[in-house]
Amino acid sequence: MREETIQLDHGSGGRAMHALVERVFARAFANDFLQELNDSAILPPASGRLAMTTDSYVVDPIVFPGGDIGSLAVHGTVNDLAVSGARPLYLTAGFVLEEGLPMAVLDRIVSSMAEAAREASVLIVAGDTKVVPRGKADKIFINTAGIGVVRDDVRLGGGNARPGDVVLINGTIGDHGMAVLCRREGIAMESEILSDSASLNHLIEAMLGAFPGIHVLRDPTRGGVATTLNEIACQSGVGIRLHEEALPVREDVAGVCELLGLDPLYVANEGKVLAVVPAESADVVLEAMRRSPRGRDACRIGEVVAEEPGRVFLRTRIGGHRLLDMLRGEQLPRIC
Amino acid sequence: MALRYVDEFRDGGLAAKILLRLKKTVHGLEPMHFMEICGTHTVAVFRSGLRDMLPEAVRLVSGPGCPVCVTADEDIDRAIWFARRPEVIVTSFGDLLRVPGSESSLLEERSRGADVRMVYASYEAVKIAQDHPDREVVFIGIGFETTAPTVAAAIRQAAAQGIDNFSVFSVHKLLPPVMRALLDSDSLRLDGFLCPGHVTTVIGARAYEEVARGYGMPCVVTGFEPLDILQGLSMLVDQKRSGRHDVEIQYRRGVTWEGNPAAQKLLEEIFEPADAAWRGLGSIPGSGLAIRSAYADYDAARRFSIPEIRVRENPACRCGDVLRGVIRPPECPLFRKVCRPQTPKGPCMVSSEGTCGAYYRYTS
Repeated sequence: MREETIQLDHGSGGRAMHALVERVFARAFANDFLQELNDSAILPPASGRLAMTTDSYVVDPIVFPGGDIGSLAVHGTVNDLAVSGARPLYLTAGFVLEEGLPMAVLDRIVSSMAEAAREASVLIVAGDTKVVPRGKADKIFINTAGIGVVRDDVRLGGGNARPGDVVLINGTIGDHGMAVLCRREGIAMESEILSDSASLNHLIEAMLGAFPGIHVLRDPTRGGVATTLNEIACQSGVGIRLHEEALPVREDVAGVCELLGLDPLYVANEGKVLAVVPAESADVVLEAMRRSPRGRDACRIGEVVAEEPGRVFLRTRIGGHRLLDMLRGEQLPRIC
Repeated sequence: MALRYVDEFRDGGLAAKILLRLKKTVHGLEPMHFMEICGTHTVAVFRSGLRDMLPEAVRLVSGPGCPVCVTADEDIDRAIWFARRPEVIVTSFGDLLRVPGSESSLLEERSRGADVRMVYASYEAVKIAQDHPDREVVFIGIGFETTAPTVAAAIRQAAAQGIDNFSVFSVHKLLPPVMRALLDSDSLRLDGFLCPGHVTTVIGARAYEEVARGYGMPCVVTGFEPLDILQGLSMLVDQKRSGRHDVEIQYRRGVTWEGNPAAQKLLEEIFEPADAAWRGLGSIPGSGLAIRSAYADYDAARRFSIPEIRVRENPACRCGDVLRGVIRPPECPLFRKVCRPQTPKGPCMVSSEGTCGAYYRYTS
């Protein structure tokens, strides 16, 4: 008989675990490398420089409007590779499961991972499963690591921004963080805010195809656009000036932020890329972005300046200036 | 959630016109000091970059209108005392959790094992009490007249549903009494108040008449968009120049003279005015809200025997002077040196609406 929930046996290394791996993971992620079920996936040589990254996903709730922890774990790692200029090839997936997790939830998350991997054209080639007693984890944690190859002519880096460069983004800001927050806290609205969680590698491939000399690419995840741009400003020793009226923010995201006293510039994104591009190539890159499904709403949001190195500024709608510091500590909602 | 009309109040062209007019009006005049009492105003001023755009003669002074910032050390220490009791679940709003008391903050207590939960609305705390009948749920009731009615509603809901493991530790504050207390102190030089739109939606603009007439102090109830604030300041300047001291409403789309009678009735039913301790300002008569004896069962201060608490304040922290508008945050010896948003020494640095936090985040 099929078990309804995850039990400690599923992590024991014995028959139950073997059955779980075969039935759930190997079936969903099916590919020649994983199928071997050996201690390592043996992969063919790849041409170009290798990029490698890893990240762990502990989001609450595990299913949110527009995605779930499974697709997020694929998107996040694929994007970390892609913004380094790498073409993602292979992922690993490590699961920490809490005893009692409904099998149906695991099935849903794993099939969502498989779908996300297919969309991003990456293979999940190795994995690991641990089960911890009830209360020792929050339902499910996922770690993904990824390997990709970087073209020889691509030299991206946070230290490459130069005065005169233009800052681009592929769409609206703060959608993921507010989608998760609204679901977690039960904030009801007329229309639900959807997470932007998505793989960006195809978009980024198109951008680099249009202009391989892009200076910086970054995905503004936790800490949001403001924190990511601060990192770039520090690494490059330049100032960055954003224009408030150019920042794309969905009306409902802006509304909830306003109510709670949060700033969308510090809210997490999971399907956004910031690009710092020489001004003369900005239009070419923008056009390439807009032709890609993940970049339809791409726009220019600011520029790199020589003044105030290491700092990010916002030119406000009414013509004022203000500092956009890094996020310090979690943003907490205000009282009144 | 349609907030579309907000854009009109951020129109750059219109702002430039009002600013130009303001600059012409005050040209050659002595500097005027207007207090924005409310933390939301303080943050709006910084976020829009308005502070640096104002003419030299129009100066903004940040007042004690951030509920987190004015919460006295001893009240934070009491909240921590609740958190340390194993049977208690402490609940409160976001930024209060980070405020340091004498020894630690509610967030620090949580990392050491206390059951401290952040809620977005007070009825969520009632729900937690319902879900945990074997525990005591204490809600730290903080906020001005804007928030207090929602807490009053939570108490009434708990009473109606017979939920007997829910209580409120009320550290609510009232705005008009602290305005009068500020004017009674001689260290402050003020030419008018930018009164908060939110609070006034509840209490009504008439609540400031005593301040305006009694103290000869112009009051303009103002909204929170950059153009609201600019217009509010223009109205204060006009009053000052013509020697008037009236209550005026700039924020007509949200505020009336009478306020919200339903919210006032709710406040009146559950709470009664009481003396309250304010951070940096000491005890101010009638400036807080205590829970009426008819609802004593829901009053955490009566339900538990809170021991005498000895407060250890950082002697160098000048949040009190910042709250009274006597100094600006950079004049505090701790500011940016040891007192930062991650390691706040005083509450003004903690809250997203605190004056020190706003200075830290939005100025270089």
